[in-house]
Amino acid sequence: MEHKNWNGFKSGKWQEEINVRDFIQNNYSEYKGDSAFLAGATKRTDELMKKLNALFALERHLGGVLDIDTETVSSLMSYAPGYIDKENEIIVGMQTNRPLKRGVNPFGGMRMARQACEAYGYKLNEKIETQFKFRTTHNDGVFRAYTDEMRLARKSHVITGLPDAYGRGRIIGDYRRVALYGVDRLLADKEKDKKALENSLFDNDNIRLTEEIYKQMEFLGLLKKMAEMYGFDISGPAANAKEAIQWTYFAYLAAIKEQNGAAMSLGRVSTFFDIYIERDIKAGILDETAAQELIDDFVMKLRIARHLRTPEYNELFGGDPMWITEAVGGMGEDGRTLVTKSSFRILNTLYTLGSSPEPNLTVLWSNSLPEGFKKFCAKVSCDTDSIQYENDDIMRPIYGDDYAIACCVSAMKVGKQMQFFGARCNLAKLLLIAINGGYDTSSDIHIGPQMPVLEGDKLDYQEVMKRMDIYMEWLANLYVNTMNIIHFMHDKYAYERTQMALHDTNVERLMAFGIAGLSVVADSLSAIKYADVKPIRNENGFITEFNTVGDFPKFGNDDDRVDLIAKEMSHKMITELRKTPTYRNAIHTLSLLTITSNVMYGKNTAATPDGRKAGDAFAPGANPMHNREENGALASLNSVAKLSYDDCRDGISNTFSITPDALGRDADERENNLVSILDGYFAKKAHHININVLNRETLVAAYNDPEAYPNLTIRVSGYAVNFHKLSREQQKEVISRTFHEVI
Amino acid sequence: MGKVNSIQTLGALDGPGVRFVVFLQGCNLRCGCCHNPDTWEIGVGTEYTALEIADKCERFKEYFGDKGGITISGGEPLLQAEFCLEVFRECHKKGINTCLDTSGSILNDSVKALLEETDTVLLDIKYTNDDDYKKYVGCGIKTPLEFLDYLSQKNIPTVLRQVIIPTLNDNEENILRLKEIRDNHKNIVKTEFLPFKKLCSVKYEKLGIDFKFKCIPEPTKKQIEYLEQKYKE
Repeated sequence: MEHKNWNGFKSGKWQEEINVRDFIQNNYSEYKGDSAFLAGATKRTDELMKKLNALFALERHLGGVLDIDTETVSSLMSYAPGYIDKENEIIVGMQTNRPLKRGVNPFGGMRMARQACEAYGYKLNEKIETQFKFRTTHNDGVFRAYTDEMRLARKSHVITGLPDAYGRGRIIGDYRRVALYGVDRLLADKEKDKKALENSLFDNDNIRLTEEIYKQMEFLGLLKKMAEMYGFDISGPAANAKEAIQWTYFAYLAAIKEQNGAAMSLGRVSTFFDIYIERDIKAGILDETAAQELIDDFVMKLRIARHLRTPEYNELFGGDPMWITEAVGGMGEDGRTLVTKSSFRILNTLYTLGSSPEPNLTVLWSNSLPEGFKKFCAKVSCDTDSIQYENDDIMRPIYGDDYAIACCVSAMKVGKQMQFFGARCNLAKLLLIAINGGYDTSSDIHIGPQMPVLEGDKLDYQEVMKRMDIYMEWLANLYVNTMNIIHFMHDKYAYERTQMALHDTNVERLMAFGIAGLSVVADSLSAIKYADVKPIRNENGFITEFNTVGDFPKFGNDDDRVDLIAKEMSHKMITELRKTPTYRNAIHTLSLLTITSNVMYGKNTAATPDGRKAGDAFAPGANPMHNREENGALASLNSVAKLSYDDCRDGISNTFSITPDALGRDADERENNLVSILDGYFAKKAHHININVLNRETLVAAYNDPEAYPNLTIRVSGYAVNFHKLSREQQKEVISRTFHEVI
Repeated sequence: MGKVNSIQTLGALDGPGVRFVVFLQGCNLRCGCCHNPDTWEIGVGTEYTALEIADKCERFKEYFGDKGGITISGGEPLLQAEFCLEVFRECHKKGINTCLDTSGSILNDSVKALLEETDTVLLDIKYTNDDDYKKYVGCGIKTPLEFLDYLSQKNIPTVLRQVIIPTLNDNEENILRLKEIRDNHKNIVKTEFLPFKKLCSVKYEKLGIDFKFKCIPEPTKKQIEYLEQKYKE
């Protein structure tokens, strides 16, 4: 198949089938140089950004939400076109009719939508309330099917944060397809897939799939109409770089108008854009300044994306994140790097537009990345604390070279895999429940197999481990079944029509489970094994506290005695999870990631044998507990690197803060040293790291005077936030984390 | 067996690149500006064999890149020169670059043997005259200078370091003398001026040791930059 807008592109399989990867591989030009070619912001960009900054300030003054459209249910066609400054925008399109005005999306659950409005002093329109009275939301469906035990698990916080009242997210549409092929070709392809099903057995699966394809096509149609409102015909392929970015953005925009999923990630677009940019530069219709300006304008649009959330949601996912994660760099399967000039350009937006948590720029690090790119990444990290790194060398063999990251650390093949997101279980709490024979002291709930409380005045490691096995088996089974209900209902009542239209029809599904409190459990078990842990019982005989005497190895010191306990616990958990079949035969995966919920999980967990007091925050993700690292930064990294990615295919998040002084004497030294650290950490087969190069004092100052630090960005747990957007509790926790410093 | 005060797995300031830094226990000097009074006492500390240290260090080899490696600091490592030599030998067997952070106040056969296995030396030249050395360090300037001559003779890449202490060595005469020292030794690859810091006064309090320089102010960044400029001219 040929199209005039494809002139100049090398032909390949991508013309015959929907195959963006093949297009990229045939057409991109790797870039191995340094950052010297980059252009700065244009006057137009500066002025537009000034307007946005003023809006951000206003949003901040109004308590975090600028405005809510309470009259309209968010969808592709429900708002008139919106602009920041129509004449001066290059890429257009807005979620509602005005920047930062939030739409209402009750499909996940009506209560959530209502409460979110009320939390900011708004009232949801009666019409919407009435309309949804006659409609089943995802949340309604889930609670119809939840068992008593599932409700108790939720209530006791042993499993929490589940997407049963909000959109599950973590699905990445292949938004590039719209630019490369145009909507009509995608529609024709879906039509073909639907037809192909006609001669099959119409069982559950095929009936559901047929209906899903119907819905996908309906929304591809709406996508076209949405673009028409803005004056664009996206039925055919994009003709140039500007159109390629615009078409791609429209597809993403449609997704976030339709869905308020927790993480609405972007995928891997910069090298795809680069092909169009290079073609235009060659044709003499674009120069470097204009190329940067295009990327800048696109990124500005991403920076104003918002969803309406409730305060309890913010407790889980602090800082108002969207997780517009963009995977940058990485290597190709043929050994060429996927780094292009546009990989630099998208990172450069942190300079042209100032630092920012969104989009969530995620560098796919490989030992083989060009040195110039490594060095630039390190510079951006030192200057902005806005990027995270994930190990391309361990992901590429599994996902190929056209995968992206959803949310923080969840890898998936773009357009070929999707995820059923499942938050996390609280493993530290489970340990306490196991010790107490099926009773959670902090919520006063009996749950799980009922057994006697462990006896004796000293906890015995073997005995505790035996108990842990029983309770992990129980929890894993309950967890999978709970997830099965959630995702059955999500598919049924809040199916992601736009995003799934931008996937292959036969998609591979991953079901992502998670663990919170791994380092607390590892240290607790280590304390039981290597020190004396004396249980303290309450008047009813339940163990509520511990008196731990003696020293014990702690996770984060490169000490195998405890590090291997942590590794074993995550291995056991995934092994147990795999025993219960999943909805739609999804592949079980596991993450060690908490977002900011480590604070909330800690709040709901009694004292633990490692000496952590009741209510104290957990460490985030797979991090060692705060300030227990005694052998310096590399020992801490080595401990985390021992956790196996084979066990934790949904990602192992590590957040690392170091003071500038501890990283080197000058900028050049700091950048080189950071490159060495990243090379070393990933050579150890570690999966992920957030890098912050800053002083604790800066955070303390921002805590005391948030107004003075409106743009202070910090990586927290698989994403970055504006520090001022975190709750006070979350801010305090971030301040109390380990900062590797000069001693 | 060596006596170790502590190990810092990420050292970015003590030698080229990313380094595994071993602080040995025990020092023959008593510098007024010392940042680590807890390393002074001889005969105490955690015992390690050279192989244990090298094995530990090897766990971090991936982070070292092409420049980094192990640094032995102190205390005064030259007091345990034989142990250091063994550590460096084991490290070299593992392909790990070695660096010695020292005052250069001892020069004997074991020290010379150690230098055969040393890739880089960080040499702390505390002052540039004998009086100050005797007053504020506890030895003469003679041995450190001989030590430097020996490094030069062996052509061992050396980073000259000096802690800048206001009122004592933050003057142009000192800088000029240091320049002269540099110009006479072709093996000096770099000079680092380290600002005197008083963060360590808590350590002194804890140990019940009098911090002699507690009344001296820390230098400003500008002061250091000025001296660096003078040093370049």
